[in-house]
Amino acid sequence: MKNNKILNIALIIIIFLLLIVANGNLDSYVVRILNLCAIYSVLGLSMNLINGFTGMFSLGHAGFIAVGAYTTALLTMTEKVKTQNFFMEPLIAPFNSISISFLPALLIAGLLSAFIAFLIGAPALRLKGDYLAIATLGFAEIIRIVLNNAQSLTNGALGLRGIPRATNLYWSFGVAIVTIIILISLIKSSYGRALKAIREDEIAAESMGINLFKHKTIAFTIGAFFAGVGGGLLGNLMGTIDPNMFKFVLTFNILLIIVIGGMGSITGTVISAFIVTILGELLRFLDMEKQFNFGFISFNGIPGLRMVVFSVILMVIVLFFRNGIMGTKEFSWKFLFKKTATDESLTEGGVK
Amino acid sequence: MALLKVENATMQFGGLTAVKDFNLEIKEGEIVSLIGPNGAGKTTAFNMVTNVYTPTNGKVFLNNEDITGLRQDLITQKGIARTFQNIRLFKDLSVLDNVLIGNHVHIKSNFLGAIFKLPKYRNEEKEMIEKSIELLREVGLEDLKNEKASSLPYGKQRKLEIARALATNPKILLLDEPAAGMNPTETDELTDFVREVKDKFKLSIFMIEHHMQMVMSLSDKIQVFEYGITIAEGTPAQIQNDEKVINAYLGVSEDD
Repeated sequence: MKNNKILNIALIIIIFLLLIVANGNLDSYVVRILNLCAIYSVLGLSMNLINGFTGMFSLGHAGFIAVGAYTTALLTMTEKVKTQNFFMEPLIAPFNSISISFLPALLIAGLLSAFIAFLIGAPALRLKGDYLAIATLGFAEIIRIVLNNAQSLTNGALGLRGIPRATNLYWSFGVAIVTIIILISLIKSSYGRALKAIREDEIAAESMGINLFKHKTIAFTIGAFFAGVGGGLLGNLMGTIDPNMFKFVLTFNILLIIVIGGMGSITGTVISAFIVTILGELLRFLDMEKQFNFGFISFNGIPGLRMVVFSVILMVIVLFFRNGIMGTKEFSWKFLFKKTATDESLTEGGVK
Repeated sequence: MALLKVENATMQFGGLTAVKDFNLEIKEGEIVSLIGPNGAGKTTAFNMVTNVYTPTNGKVFLNNEDITGLRQDLITQKGIARTFQNIRLFKDLSVLDNVLIGNHVHIKSNFLGAIFKLPKYRNEEKEMIEKSIELLREVGLEDLKNEKASSLPYGKQRKLEIARALATNPKILLLDEPAAGMNPTETDELTDFVREVKDKFKLSIFMIEHHMQMVMSLSDKIQVFEYGITIAEGTPAQIQNDEKVINAYLGVSEDD
């Protein structure tokens, strides 16, 4: 156990040293992709808590991300940029005059997103399976349509521009690590076991005295909190947001990450977030209209071909790793000291 | 005084009356069995006690407290635990985790305390693990505590399900066909196990079972169901000689 802690802390230090190197030496394109990897890890983890660990089929994630992104953006933009943005209708008070720093903005975004999830959860979490999926999908669309139409609060379809680009590698990876630590702590606690019990068998869980509604609400709200924070990071990385970014496709992308990584695996989600994000970029060359020659085959790149190849790769993964890359397993340091590790599975595994 | 009391409980599904005027009294330390042909409504009677179905009519009392229509998890908190006819373990979780989940009902820290590992939660968690391992030791599953629940042999899964129910600290344990699918040796083992558990944890037990040997040797009282109606009630000896029961089980000969 002590060894685990030391190794975990060492790992975090190594990651930060690598970040310092990356920040100084890599070009902005690669840095941006690394940022996206970390942000998608946060978003994937938050959705995995709801869908993977608690077994609820929720498709409302884009809505929570949107709330987070808009809240952080509105709180961090300067007064001057806001007046430039809101030329159709002025921004309502008190948002037009406040501008706070990034950390409190992120936290407020997370809390607001969690609060909305709490409100949505009250009716929706009484539903199960497909019905819950449709209800949450509906709520996400409602949020998007509200964003589209609340001109004086969100600037409607014009979106927000000139959001301060506060997200850097330290922010995104810092938040990702904090998210991982908190979620592991939750999952390994008694509440985490109760959530898994709900996933395994709701009827048995209820007969064990677990209040289904309360525990589902806890998972849903915590998930939404991190989705909101992730959304805030995303908005302040892009610099520009508009309601169309938060369509169902965004939820689908994150669902993809957790399905590939393994529903119910934190490690799997992180690995998969990196794979999906990087692979998506690596395949970008297929979209370019130039000739490819592989010796036995030569063809021209077509815009959109990237997604075709990407989909095929996904299908192969889903066919051959039905439970995702990690299933419900987690990475741990156990393999380093096998002899002493037999009793440790329960109390403490490795971070990440 | 009766620990568990059911008064005139009736369950109707649309036009079908599954159970009619079900009465039951279980005193402390008693084992009461419910027997009857398939489809007689035994499990429905069970489900009314744990409020999986809220009875259409009638009342359920635990220690003279009306618990009719109370949410299932609250009923468990009050001290009624159950097992299922078709085993419902948390299959992908370890044996120990299964029992720990049974302990979750007693937790006093909230989820924030659990996430940030506040001292109060740490103590609770430690206590919980000690208690669970102790419980596993008592039922003889301690050496399997890190195995996946679904990897256990059938008989041990049954035991684990009972252990998990015991982890909620019940006053009364409901067993739905605990010996279903077991061979005679396993059934004998289970009979001893139930008796042992009952004495050790000072339980009352309400049981549905088809293995007559087990029912006759364990029960203080037996109630017989046919078509949702109680047709006989009494000690094992009385039931064995009851004509109505014999007819229900073996059919009536045409000469009568």
